[in-house]
Amino acid sequence: MADDLLRLRDDEAHDEPAVTLDSFLGQSNATAVRLEAGEDARALLPHLERLALVEVSFPSFRDGRGYSAARILREAGYTGELRAEGDVLVDQIAHMRRCGFDSFAPAAPIDEAAMARMLAIQPHVYQCAADDRAPIWKLRHG
Amino acid sequence: MYKYDTYDQAAVDARVAEFRDQVERRLSGALSEDQFKPLRLMNGLYLQLHAYMLRVAIPYGTLDSRQMRMLAHVARTYDRGYGHFTTRQNIQYNWIKLEDAPDILAELATVEMHAIQTSGNCIRNISSDQYAGAAADEVTDPRPWAELLRQWSSFHPEFSYLPRKFKIAVIAAGEDRAAMRLHDIGIEIVERDGQHGARVFVGGGMGRTPMIAPEIRDFVPLADLLSYLEACLRVYNRYGRRDNMYKARIKILVHEIGAADYARQVEEEFAHVKALGIDLPAAEFERIAAFFAPPAFETGLSETIDRSDPDFALWLDQNVKPHKAPGYAIVNISLKPVGGIPGDASAEQIDVMADLAERYSFGEARVTHAQNIVLPHVRKADLYAVWQALAEAGLAEANLDLISDIIACPGLDYCSLANARSIPLAQKIATRFADPARQRELGELKLKISGCINACGHHHAGHIGILGVDKKGTENYQLSFGGSGAEDVSLGKITGPGFDEDGVVDAIERATDLYLARREAGERFVDTYRRLGMEPFKEAIYG
Ligand code: SF4
Repeated sequence: MADDLLRLRDDEAHDEPAVTLDSFLGQSNATAVRLEAGEDARALLPHLERLALVEVSFPSFRDGRGYSAARILREAGYTGELRAEGDVLVDQIAHMRRCGFDSFAPAAPIDEAAMARMLAIQPHVYQCAADDRAPIWKLRHG
Repeated sequence: MYKYDTYDQAAVDARVAEFRDQVERRLSGALSEDQFKPLRLMNGLYLQLHAYMLRVAIPYGTLDSRQMRMLAHVARTYDRGYGHFTTRQNIQYNWIKLEDAPDILAELATVEMHAIQTSGNCIRNISSDQYAGAAADEVTDPRPWAELLRQWSSFHPEFSYLPRKFKIAVIAAGEDRAAMRLHDIGIEIVERDGQHGARVFVGGGMGRTPMIAPEIRDFVPLADLLSYLEACLRVYNRYGRRDNMYKARIKILVHEIGAADYARQVEEEFAHVKALGIDLPAAEFERIAAFFAPPAFETGLSETIDRSDPDFALWLDQNVKPHKAPGYAIVNISLKPVGGIPGDASAEQIDVMADLAERYSFGEARVTHAQNIVLPHVRKADLYAVWQALAEAGLAEANLDLISDIIACPGLDYCSLANARSIPLAQKIATRFADPARQRELGELKLKISGCINACGHHHAGHIGILGVDKKGTENYQLSFGGSGAEDVSLGKITGPGFDEDGVVDAIERATDLYLARREAGERFVDTYRRLGMEPFKEAIYG
C-alpha cells in the first residue's frame, strides 16, 4: 500500500495507523483516523487539533460522499494530511484536490503521467472550494 | 444571449482535450468500460441499443442561429441527418461513433456549446422557461440566474459524484412552463420589497417514485443563492443513499426525513457555508444579466394581422402566444407532425429554423421541455412569412398543447432500459386523432409517454400519461389521468389494468368522448377529470 501512496505534502508521512471513527472517539490519544463512506466527518470537528491524518474511504469511485467529508474538514480549519483511500482513479483526483485531499492511496496503481495531465487540464475553476484557486468570477472582477 | 469570455472558452476547450485523452485511454484499453462510463456520461455520451448517443447541452433551452446551424451540421456529418430535441431542452444524436465524439465536441466548442454534465450523477443542464425575456407575466428574465448556476455547477468538485443525477429549473413567472416543481431543485424568482430572490423547492421528480417538490425556503436573496444551494446539495450528498439507486434521489431523502427537518438541516449548513465567501459579487451577476438585456424591439409597430388565409389563422390561434413588447409575438414551432417522431428534426429543418430565427427573431431560438422550438421575438407583421416558410419545411403543424403534441421518450426503439416502444404509440395516437378540427374541439390536452418507469417522457405529469411496462415479455401500457407539470402541478393516477398498443388508443378515445359529453364551459380535459374523479372515466374505459 505505502508504495502506491501519492503525497502532495512536504511534511513527513504520518506513520501511526489510522483507527476507526468509533475507536478514535473512544480513545484520547489517537492522531490518525479512518472515515468510512457513511460516517459523518462532523464528528471529528471537536478534535481537529490532535489529528495528523484523516483517511477517507472511497469504496467505489461512484460514491462521492468523501468529497463533502473533505470539504467539511478543511472548512473547519483542519490542516493535517487528508488522504483518499480505495477506488481512487486518475480522473477523480482533480476534484479530490479541490475538495482538500492532499494524499492518495489508490487500490490500483495510478498512471502518474496521466494524473499530471488531468490535474493540469482545467486552467481555471468556476467556483470556490477547499483549495486556494481563485474562481473565474474573482478573476473577472480583479 | 450569454457570450463566452476567454475563461468560459478555455474551460470548454480544456474539457474537449480532457475527453479526447479519456477516449484515447479507453480505445487503448487503459480505461475499462466501467471506469470510462462515468467519464463519458459527464460528456453526454450514452451507450444505447444500437450505437452511442450524444446529448448536447442547450443551457436553459436558449440558442442562437449560429449554434443551430452547428447542430444541423453535426446531424448531417456525424449522425444520420437528424437531431432529437429532448424534454430536458437538450438535443441528442442517436447514431454516434465513439471515435468521433471528441471531434464533435471540438466543433461544438467553436460555437460556445458543449455536452458537459448532460448525463451522469451530477448537476445537469439547468432548465428554464422557454418564453424567458418574452413573456408578459414574468417578474424578470430567469436566464441570468440560470447562467449563473450553469457556471457554478460546471465541474463542481464536491457535487460531481452525487448519489444520482440532479436537475435544477429556474422560472420567474406565475405560469410554470418548465415543470419547475418536478425538479430536484425548483427555483421561482419572486420579488419582495423591490428585491428579487429565489423561492426554493426541493425534492421533486418523476421516475418510479414521483414527487412534487415542497417549498423549503420562501425567499433566498441573490447574494446568498450559491451558499444556499451548496447547503442543499451538501446535506443531500452527505446523507443521500448509495445502497439503492432507486432510493438515491433527493426526493426520497426529503420525503423520508420530512421537508421541515431537511429545511432545518439546510439552514444549519447554510449558516456555516455562508461564512466561506463563496457567493458571487453583485458585479458578476450584473455582468451576466447584461447579456440578457432585451433586444432592440422596434416601437410603433402594427398590431393587426391579416387572417384571411384560414390555415394561417388556425396556426396563429394555436401556436402563437402574446409577447410583452407591442407589435411582437412568440412563435411555437411544433416538432409533432402527425405520424412523425416527437422532437425529431432533420438537418434541413434545423437550418430552416436557424434562418428564420436570424431573419425574424433577433437570431434567437428556444427549445421547450415539450420538445418543440420557439422563436421568441417575431414581429406580428412577419408572422405570415414565417408561417409560409415553416409550412414549406413541414414545420407548421398547428397543434401546440393539443392531443397530438405528444411528449414521448425514445423508448424501445433506441433505449436499452425500455420496456415498451413509445414512438410508434405516439404515432398511432396522433393518427387516430389526426383530424385537426377534432383536436381543437378537445382543446388543451397534454399527453405524455414513457417507455419505462424512469419517466423520461414525463408521463406522471400528463393530463393523460402512458407508461410502458413489461408484462410477461410483451409490451403493455398503463394509462393514467390527471397529472400536470404546470402551475397546477399534480401527479397522474393510474386508471386500472394496462392495455396493448391498440387497446390504449381505444381507451384514450373513450375517455375523450366522455370528456366531450360531460365537460362544462371552459373546462379542459384535466379539469373535467378533476371535477368528476376517476370513476366515470373508469366505467367508460373498462365498461
Ligand atoms: S423512460 Fe425509460 S425507455 Fe424512455 S428514455 Fe427513459 S429510460 Fe429509456
